[in-house]
Amino acid sequence: WFADSKHHQAYVNGLNAALAQQAAAMEAGDVEALVKLQPAIKFNGGGHVNHTIFWSNLCPEKDWEPPQGDLAAKIDATFGSLEALQAKLSAQTAAVQGSGWGWLGYDPASGGLVTATTANQDPLATLGLVPLLGIDVWEHAYYLQYKNVRPDYLKNVWRVVNWRNVAERLAAAQ
Amino acid sequence: MLGGVRGMGRVVGQRSVSAQTQRTVFTLPVLNYDIAKGLAPVITPAALDLHYNKHHATYVANANRLVEGTKYEGKDLERVVRESYGDNVPVFNNTAQIWNHSFFWDCMSPNGSASPPPADLEKALATQFGSVEEFQAKFSDHAKALFGSGWTWLVDNDGKLEIQNKSNANTPITSDGKVTPLLTLDVWEHSYYVDHQNRRPEYIEKWWKVVNWEFVASQLAKSRS
Repeated sequence: WFADSKHHQAYVNGLNAALAQQAAAMEAGDVEALVKLQPAIKFNGGGHVNHTIFWSNLCPEKDWEPPQGDLAAKIDATFGSLEALQAKLSAQTAAVQGSGWGWLGYDPASGGLVTATTANQDPLATLGLVPLLGIDVWEHAYYLQYKNVRPDYLKNVWRVVNWRNVAERLAAAQ
Repeated sequence: MLGGVRGMGRVVGQRSVSAQTQRTVFTLPVLNYDIAKGLAPVITPAALDLHYNKHHATYVANANRLVEGTKYEGKDLERVVRESYGDNVPVFNNTAQIWNHSFFWDCMSPNGSASPPPADLEKALATQFGSVEEFQAKFSDHAKALFGSGWTWLVDNDGKLEIQNKSNANTPITSDGKVTPLLTLDVWEHSYYVDHQNRRPEYIEKWWKVVNWEFVASQLAKSRS
């Protein structure tokens, strides 16, 4: 994952730079400048948020355990089974055009689990959902190992999902 | 009527007719240079092979599969790109990416920029951007700033040269009016990741060394004729 950590650092640097400019614009009362900064804050802030979630969502394959407790029950109730969730989210995520993310999210409005995708670095929060598990499908996430075969990456990524982290996020959201 | 876009060096999406049904089958274009040699210093042979034989080829295979039995079947590539834009997302994405990649290969050649831009092109770039170097700096800035996947283009927009960023598969050939693409750079990560990892600025800087100014000039001449 070395290359991805360079990306994450770049987002952090970009975010810090944008926030510094934002502070200056606020002090100067320059609303136009504030508005112009929003895309940079969205990309870099989103990139930072998303990668922070992603790192916590993963664990070494030897440490993999299936979902337990409330998370497991909700997965079964919503999707039928873990396999069904994985198949659904893999298919949706494989279909993302260009760069983006696949998500398992919590919908506070319904109290249930949903799958979703976002483009570029848009955080899942922009859809009103709480991110539980993110799958990065920017080409940088899989290119060195899988080249253009995104579906193979998606098949294998499930082997390193840290379901305990996903469960912690669900508990915190409820 | 959308702007005339001609001037591919070869037939892209050439027709091939099956015995039983009349249909256009999209194909990979033939390259003017040897993949096995790559495009030094920017693209290694391995990366070029992947980009052409996997990515570009996959778009061709997908497009053929997706148009079969639809209203797009039997039409040439450019027409399918324009008609599917806003109408059929998977068909558009794949056919536009066939077109974009074919154009991209034409924009490059080994040692391309060992020959400077021909006079008319140089003059047009200087008029619009101040100088060739200033044009390159501006184009590079656009390419660095494109977030996510996409392409940076130099186009002739009804007599005025413009640099445009387009996301994902979007392409100037779907623009209204008289817009002619002159030059493009693929900034999808697959284009530079193997050779440069996340160092897109390094990729862009090296890419100028293989830009085929003759091709760009020929596109401009066609646009202005």
